[in-house]
Amino acid sequence: MDYFKTDLASLHADLVAKKISARELTQATFDNIKTTDAQVDAFLTLNEDAALKQATKIDEQGVATDQPLAGIPVALKDNIVTKGLKTTAASKMLANFNPVYDATVTEKLAQAQMITVGKTNLDEFAMGGSTENSAFKTTKNAWDYTKVPGGSSGGSAAAVASGQVLAALGSDTGGSIRQPAAFNGIVGLKPTYGRVSRWGLIAFGSSLDQIGPMTRSVKDNATMLSAIAGHDEHDLTSSTQPVPDFAADLTDATSVKGMRIGLPKEFLADGVADDVKQAILAAADTYRQLGATVDEVSLPHNKYGVAAYYIIGSSEASSNLQRFDGIRYGHRADDVKNLEDVYVKSRSEGFGDEVKRRIMLGTFSLSAGFYDAYFLKAAKVRTVIMNDFKAVLKDHDFIMGPVAPTPAFGIGDEIKDPITMYMNDVLTIPVNLAGLPGLSLPAGFSQGLPVGMQLIGRPFDESTLYKAGYAFEQNTDFHLQVPTLGGQH
Amino acid sequence: MNFETTIGLEVHIELKTHSKIFSPSPVAYGADPNANTNVIDWGYPGVLPTTNKGVVADGIIAALALHATVEQHTHFDRKNYFYPDNPKAYQITQSDKPIGHDGWVEIDVDGVKKKIGIAEMHIEEDAGKNTHERDYSYVDLNRQGTPLIEIVSKPDIASPAEAYAYLEALRQRIQFTGISDVKMEEGSMRVDVNISVRPVGQQKFGTKTELKNLNSFNYVQRGLEYEEKRQQQVLMSGGAVQQETRRFDEKTGETILMRVKAGADDYRYFPEPDLPALNISDDWIKELDAAMPEMPGKRRERYVNELGLTDYDAMVITQTKEMSDFFNATVALKADPKMAANYLQGDVNAYLNDKQVDLQATKLTPEHLAGMINLITDGTISSKMAKKVFKAITEGEDPKAFVEANGLVQLSDPAKLQPIIDDVLSANPQSIEDFNNGKKRAVGFLVGQIMKQTHGQANPQVVNKLLMAALQQ
Amino acid sequence: MANRINREQVQHVASLAKLEFTDAQLDAFTPQLDDIIGLFETLSEVDTDGVEATSSVTDQLNVMREDVADSWGQSQSLLKNAPEAARGFIKVPAIIDESEDND
Repeated sequence: MDYFKTDLASLHADLVAKKISARELTQATFDNIKTTDAQVDAFLTLNEDAALKQATKIDEQGVATDQPLAGIPVALKDNIVTKGLKTTAASKMLANFNPVYDATVTEKLAQAQMITVGKTNLDEFAMGGSTENSAFKTTKNAWDYTKVPGGSSGGSAAAVASGQVLAALGSDTGGSIRQPAAFNGIVGLKPTYGRVSRWGLIAFGSSLDQIGPMTRSVKDNATMLSAIAGHDEHDLTSSTQPVPDFAADLTDATSVKGMRIGLPKEFLADGVADDVKQAILAAADTYRQLGATVDEVSLPHNKYGVAAYYIIGSSEASSNLQRFDGIRYGHRADDVKNLEDVYVKSRSEGFGDEVKRRIMLGTFSLSAGFYDAYFLKAAKVRTVIMNDFKAVLKDHDFIMGPVAPTPAFGIGDEIKDPITMYMNDVLTIPVNLAGLPGLSLPAGFSQGLPVGMQLIGRPFDESTLYKAGYAFEQNTDFHLQVPTLGGQH
Repeated sequence: MNFETTIGLEVHIELKTHSKIFSPSPVAYGADPNANTNVIDWGYPGVLPTTNKGVVADGIIAALALHATVEQHTHFDRKNYFYPDNPKAYQITQSDKPIGHDGWVEIDVDGVKKKIGIAEMHIEEDAGKNTHERDYSYVDLNRQGTPLIEIVSKPDIASPAEAYAYLEALRQRIQFTGISDVKMEEGSMRVDVNISVRPVGQQKFGTKTELKNLNSFNYVQRGLEYEEKRQQQVLMSGGAVQQETRRFDEKTGETILMRVKAGADDYRYFPEPDLPALNISDDWIKELDAAMPEMPGKRRERYVNELGLTDYDAMVITQTKEMSDFFNATVALKADPKMAANYLQGDVNAYLNDKQVDLQATKLTPEHLAGMINLITDGTISSKMAKKVFKAITEGEDPKAFVEANGLVQLSDPAKLQPIIDDVLSANPQSIEDFNNGKKRAVGFLVGQIMKQTHGQANPQVVNKLLMAALQQ
Repeated sequence: MANRINREQVQHVASLAKLEFTDAQLDAFTPQLDDIIGLFETLSEVDTDGVEATSSVTDQLNVMREDVADSWGQSQSLLKNAPEAARGFIKVPAIIDESEDND
């Protein structure tokens, strides 16, 4: 079993044909994780016993042809709750937390008979862009162990990129799927807000959060999205839009012919590294060669996205994280004399610095006398940013640009400077503010590190993004390159 | 110095729905602690609320019943504060766009009618319950998520008596809609009170105090009366009223300082991102309005003008919708309205008080009450016999069948009574002589003898008539 | 430092959020928060006159659940997760400050 040399469809065919059993596949997956994860540190919890039992059961029944994901191992970011399997959000607050119930995506993957092999590392409560904010470990970039894997879904990204699994789920509030996907040279999709149920996703910014797939190829990503998307009666913000078989449409490597693509000039502004710019300009040429037109367009308020996002996201987070109070579950401080102690000591001990920083920013932005100038202003700027996108997407099929201004940076390089860290999200954040779908896929290399490209589409038009991503993949070979683990490239 | 008083009331009403406002857990009382709770009620990581359509409907009904404007573009907000009975550390409520606004109810204090304005009403979730014991508190989340409507009055209430009348009017109207039991003693109606006084002519409102622990309408009135006087005395002695919360002591009737307010609480309200906005359609409002029962004021008018009840009777009958519906049904079965009203206020109420039950929980039916009243009016039974019949109908027996089975039929036929009267007269010549000598008492003795002979079944009016005729011959 | 937020304000916000910081942490946090709030203030450059605020980007409106009770039978496992429980209640150290609203 070598995940670098296969994809979901081929594995499925092998499982149906019994060339490999689900149990062999699962066992091999664990064996490989155990070897590689000593360095990569992608996983927080492994689910070996239950996974092997499930695999055996699937083998007994046999894998049906209409169950494209049955028997295939998958990893879940550890802010997605799993009944009976510890879920920590990489926080000391939930170090030993048993969620009692399953997230809707967990249930959907179980229905698809995928095998959950474990829970992956993240920045605590998904706050951060390097996975360095995990309370438990620092995950490494699959291409260079001295670099960050990005974040907050760094564990899922590194697990897929290092060949530990073929597919993983992440969550994206301001770029947390797309940026680590880009840093690790894999494919990540932040679906349209409401496309995937948030029931069971430990909330960070409720109006921004989405769960999405992280895979090695566009087609695998599309297969995964079809499995997890759809309306859910537990999440009233989840959409009733029908869910197509996204992968079924991916047969034509020239389907971008005649499409109009917008390339915002703000996406190639100062602060974006030259190698990144070059990769995106080369990608634009590829699309032109395939018969699409690429226009320079403008998202004039893009630069205000970071400020608006850190106000809105932190405000929602400050409220969402109040439930971690040491009373009903999670960490309660020892040596508490009264209720105030339970609150203040449990929370101050349980949360890490970045989480505290966001709680403080959000609490401040909502507090008496500041609400209008901060929260309300940001909510209005959000409307302005949405209108910018609407104007461009009115006559463009999608927007293209970089995912992050630079490739992966070094572990420890930026963690002490929050503002620099926040500015890294400048190209992904506006997409969350507008609730649009965003696809991140490999588009080049810079000094041996992957560079990602972002495609941004109209609401619920993930299909177009997948088609354009697939066409790009079929005409380039970036996605075929694999890391020499440890970075000895 | 003359003063004027301004009172503000915030009334929380618990709605009678099957499930909670944001979770499908049952709304039920008397369950084991935390038995009716799920991951949503506990504020688990990753859970999301789902809006109960029945609660939104009840909110619209309440708005309509209180003459308020229904806010058709509405949403929920979060109110953030930490407390052990508040699991998410925020309450989902409505702050920005409450479901109803600018309503009113009419009150009547000593014959003076006045409209009291309602600023707004909103739907929200209730918290759980804390029980304090020495060094620990014990949290039960069964009540967490029970739907509430909060109704906020405009500063129109000018006296404790008006506050009482406002609460009674509110209670009645909500009770008639059927969305709540509105019982203070059971906690399905809770009242927060604030009061301020100012010298007549002063523009600015006085500093207000809040009163807690007011567990009946009477206590609300008494607490406000005490507080009104206290504040007046503070001002007359040259002092200033502090912004504070005071507790009403039921034993002494006084209010006692609990805490001084040190500036406003900071609840950091913002729109609830987990729940889509609501767009309430005209059709939905019309549908709920059409199903609305006749309100107590309308019923009282009809009872007085068409059925000849006194104002007082009409008021007592319309205390609850159940009583008023029962009365309507009884009268519809041709029972005399005055007698029906008397029975409901008298024997029926006494029975309910004695048994501590609601009317609908008894075996009494309008059919049986009307049947019994009709037996009285057609002379079949006496009101004295009716006592026994009433007891029977409280046990679910048919009055006519009971009367017949127990031989309670009144003897009214003169042809049957005359021989008995003749016998009694011939057996008591002394009484006839006494009567002829002007001793009226003799009549009473003779009637008593006749009743004795008939085992109490003789119709007293008929007996009297026949006896007098015989004596005067 | 522009002094958009000072130590006392940071401490006030911390008390609202039920967090506590040591002096050293406050020394580090205050200028950081101040810088970030400075970033927030760039929003004043955007003209938002007459612009509606966006608080959600869901395409859903008027979605509600029918009023049907459904017990998920979770209370026992929920109680097991509580740091302290007794007789079916969640147990917490006493509430010293009675002044908090409890309604």
